[in-house]
Amino acid sequence: MSFDHDAWEIVVGLEVHTELLTRTKLFSSAINEFGGEPNTHIDPLTLGLPGSLPVLNEQAVELAVRVGLALNCTVQRSVFARKNYFYPDLPKDYQISQFDLPICAEGSLELPNGKVVGIERAHLEEDTGKSTHVGGGGRIHDAQHSLVDYNRAGVPLLEIVGKPDLRSAEDARAYVAELRSVLVAVGASDGKLEEGSMRVDCNVSVRRRGDTELGTRCEIKNVNSLRSLGRAIEYEAARQVDLIEAGERVRQQTRHWNEDDGRTHTLRSKEEADDYRYFPEPDLVEVDPGPEWVERVRAALPMLPAARRHRLSQETGVPLERVALVVERGLDDLCLAAVGHGADPERTVTHAEHNLSDARAGELDPAHFAALVTMETGGELTATQAKTVLAEMVETGGAPAEIAAAKGFEAMDSGELEGIVDGLIAAHPDEWQRYCEGDGKITGFFVGGVMKATGGKADGKAVTALLQARKG
Amino acid sequence: MAERITTDDVAKVAHLARLALTPDELETFTGQLAEILEHAEDIAALDLAAVEPMARPVPLVNVFRADEPGEPLDRDEVLACAPVAEDGQFRVPPVLGEAP
Repeated sequence: MSFDHDAWEIVVGLEVHTELLTRTKLFSSAINEFGGEPNTHIDPLTLGLPGSLPVLNEQAVELAVRVGLALNCTVQRSVFARKNYFYPDLPKDYQISQFDLPICAEGSLELPNGKVVGIERAHLEEDTGKSTHVGGGGRIHDAQHSLVDYNRAGVPLLEIVGKPDLRSAEDARAYVAELRSVLVAVGASDGKLEEGSMRVDCNVSVRRRGDTELGTRCEIKNVNSLRSLGRAIEYEAARQVDLIEAGERVRQQTRHWNEDDGRTHTLRSKEEADDYRYFPEPDLVEVDPGPEWVERVRAALPMLPAARRHRLSQETGVPLERVALVVERGLDDLCLAAVGHGADPERTVTHAEHNLSDARAGELDPAHFAALVTMETGGELTATQAKTVLAEMVETGGAPAEIAAAKGFEAMDSGELEGIVDGLIAAHPDEWQRYCEGDGKITGFFVGGVMKATGGKADGKAVTALLQARKG
Repeated sequence: MAERITTDDVAKVAHLARLALTPDELETFTGQLAEILEHAEDIAALDLAAVEPMARPVPLVNVFRADEPGEPLDRDEVLACAPVAEDGQFRVPPVLGEAP
């Protein structure tokens, strides 16, 4: 298996299903909750009992509108449809979904690297029950029988269909991560890939670089983490290139990702499996949130990750690609507040990026954080000392000046530092010779020596600068 | 006038709906469906350019329920109605293929 990235291009489009954070199911009052004893979140509608009728959960629509607006979609009049298929995970023998008129159409999502990915649509539908295959080692084709739990059947899902705008496994991972941040930010989903509250199907095709037509795609299911998403795409793209280079052609099919062997496998395709005989659901009326509802939701939306990245970048002058992690950690407000207190923007963001991975970092007092940055930029603390003090601040909530004093971090007198450096040079003439001849590796010897002599109080940068000055 | 529905079309739809039709039934239903579709053709003959398509006859939109939990069904009672139950779950024959 090989993949020559200079000769071939990967084209990926993702369909992400997210369970919506409602209290009850999409069309009935059975509870929507992960886990629980099997078949305890059930009611007549969930089981498709005769005479039961669906009534739409208003909150599911509210959340769908939020997501739609967050993804820059048009929220429109929509119609539910029956998707007919025979499988025991839905007792009615059809799934209520949306077909030609989804609630959200034509949007976009901006990735941290600035790339904008098109969103084709997002539609509401009900989730299915969970089947466990018993016997044959749990493999579906060899199972003796299956057990079905309907707790999940009828849970509201929003299926978000992205356009085939992604060009690498890396892009695809960034897209899912960004979509997850947005879903969590608007309160629509808990974004848990591992628990299956977010599920990703990926459509992969390949084409020779320069080609404008899309190749034949395969749909990959069973991708349960960002890591397996990347692996599955890379495996599948290489498989398709091998086929084409061997003179064969890619068949459009659904394939199953196997995490254990790191391959995709073809699923037995059922005859006419794609003919779902969709028709408008006669038991439900149209949904049309209308301008008033849409504008109310729009006004209440929180600031979204892409806008927060742009704001942080613009207000600090730090490039967009460097602020993504800071926003992901939710530390952008802290940084902006610290900058408001006079802290150097670049150092502030750098600390948030490298030294504030602790979950409690968000509770830092912005004035304290600003004071710390200012102590460092003013030369009162070295970079290493600042890092130590910052960690302690997160731990205890203390003020930087007191922590620095308690640790005995005081700015070194520049004369004292010069004396130590000169002493070290005099004591090690051979090493100094090598330094002067441009042996970069020996720098650490001198910096380390100074640190040892000063008990770590010296500023590494100042030492390096002094060495350079002495070399002349 | 659209093409008349054939026995092949009806056989395909019957298969998708998992209906087993005898050759006689296939003939009968093909004839009946053709009549229904011809009736729809009468409507297609009208000029409806100014009429909005409707998904259903009653002009209702936005019928909702509040997101409030109700009483669940009793599991044991429900499973007692199932042909076979096991471990609190419905036991079904082995399934071929994956859910779509």
